[in-house]
Amino acid sequence: MDLNSLTIDAARSAVQEKTTTATSLTEAFYSKIEKDDPRIGAYLTLSKERALEQAARIDSLAVKGEKLPPLGGVPVGIKDVMATQGVRTTAGSKILGNYIPPYDCTAVARMEAAGAVVLGKLNCDEFAMGSSTENSAWHPVHNPRDLSRVPGGSSGGSAAAVAADMAVAALGSDTGGSIRQPASFCGVVGLMPTYGRVSRYGLIAFASSLDHIGPLAKTVKDAAIVLRTIAGRDPMDATSAEVPVPDYVAELEKPVRGLKLGVAKEYFGEGLDSEVRKSVEGAIQKLAELGCEIVPISLPHTEYAIPTYYIVATAEASSNLARFDGVRYGYRAGDARTLSEMYRRSRDHGFGAEVKRRIMLGTYALSAGYYDAYYLKAQKVRTLLVRDFEEAFKKVDAIVTPTSPTAAFKLGEKVNDPLAMYLADIFTVTADLAGIPGISVPCGQTKENLPVGLQILGKHFDEATILRVAHAYERAA
Amino acid sequence: MKVTEKDVVYVADLANLELTQDERASMLRDLNSILDYVDRLNELDTTDVPPMAQVSDRYGVDESKTGSARFAYASREDILEGLRKSLPHEVALQNAPDTDGTFFKVPKVIER
Repeated sequence: MDLNSLTIDAARSAVQEKTTTATSLTEAFYSKIEKDDPRIGAYLTLSKERALEQAARIDSLAVKGEKLPPLGGVPVGIKDVMATQGVRTTAGSKILGNYIPPYDCTAVARMEAAGAVVLGKLNCDEFAMGSSTENSAWHPVHNPRDLSRVPGGSSGGSAAAVAADMAVAALGSDTGGSIRQPASFCGVVGLMPTYGRVSRYGLIAFASSLDHIGPLAKTVKDAAIVLRTIAGRDPMDATSAEVPVPDYVAELEKPVRGLKLGVAKEYFGEGLDSEVRKSVEGAIQKLAELGCEIVPISLPHTEYAIPTYYIVATAEASSNLARFDGVRYGYRAGDARTLSEMYRRSRDHGFGAEVKRRIMLGTYALSAGYYDAYYLKAQKVRTLLVRDFEEAFKKVDAIVTPTSPTAAFKLGEKVNDPLAMYLADIFTVTADLAGIPGISVPCGQTKENLPVGLQILGKHFDEATILRVAHAYERAA
Repeated sequence: MKVTEKDVVYVADLANLELTQDERASMLRDLNSILDYVDRLNELDTTDVPPMAQVSDRYGVDESKTGSARFAYASREDILEGLRKSLPHEVALQNAPDTDGTFFKVPKVIER
């Protein structure tokens, strides 16, 4: 049995039935990481002590013959933007290079309470700002499918770890596409839940009205298992919604026949790579064969999503990142004579180029004289983007699109052109702005064997339907 | 060009950044290029469109209620320790770059 390629249920069953132990499973993953990660760069910090303690706890349950919890003994990785008590958490930034959180992120705590073994912290763009993971202050991540290419971003370490069998599943975060786009680039499943579905407590804030935590996994079912684990109201996050959490796994088996799937022409226009188009159209054809009704729709404001996003997200970021001042935690420049100089130098040396660019853009958009022209304008266009989806969902149950206009690009290809990098998120930012859930599921590959992702967008709090469609497609493909 | 070098210095000051001469030059170029792209938002007439700060108020759980009443579930009693205890003193200080064991230490603020 290849321990590293197991799905969640297979791994848990193997431990439950004592084919292996959680400890051996965990050690197998650490061996794999030791062997392969030097070429990939997915992990920033390993949490061996914590992982082996948890594995021992699970093993003692298995020995007693007790029923294991849903993730019992399953090795997972956590994007380094989620706080882990006692385990270094950097958000991919030098400014948090030695930060040891005194508490756990709710999503991480729920994973561990469900039996998951946290192997370590996964690389990402600094403060989750990027689409290639090249903005990590530590080192870039290489796409396991082609090491000369990026894994996508910002959850590039999460996607690469799952794709390279260095974790059964991982948690990522999505503010403009940061779970779905890397999932697409690395050929794994990535799910962004509805805004409010998963607590953001302990997630290092980038843009609070857009930040979501969600799973990256090998199968749609695994994504459903993780979502079921982390979803639901948390009093520590006032924006986490009090909406009942369905059994996503049971819902997977409901038929998809008769579901109406919208295809928006705006997602198939100029800029869409022809091979990506072909794969996605093939997937839509397959869904039609499964009995889904394909309905042409329009989301007319789509082209305004990227400019809206880059104002809203940077404005919120400029405010959220004001807390990094070198006083209570994080990096402090040592040579300052005054308090003001200390703030400035700590931030100057601690933040990378893209983070500074976004802080500057956001500060500009919020500054006197420009607030109405930029921030308020973007907030109004956000309303138009949401209305597009509200209209569409009167006619359809879900919407199918490409996840990204291209397959994985080369390392270095877009790193000097911020705008070109921003456009990598063109099909994903809309869902973040509207707060609706979206999933990326692999749908074939290009001639160069690079994975392509099919994105399925759903109604508010209706993850069950997009998981069901993704599951039906995955099984048929 | 919308953003001038003077703007860059002013905004950096607001953001508590200094930026090197090189960083200012690239910031000038990048901000102008991004804002040029953002300008396409002005193609849209948004006169009667309400701004949206976040989505929750649009999809509040109980649609029969309006405004903050929709989020009544998110409020709680004002309890002494809050939802979790405050961090113990030494834990709160353990990530600090400089302390005297009781307080965070920073460079002198007042000259005398």
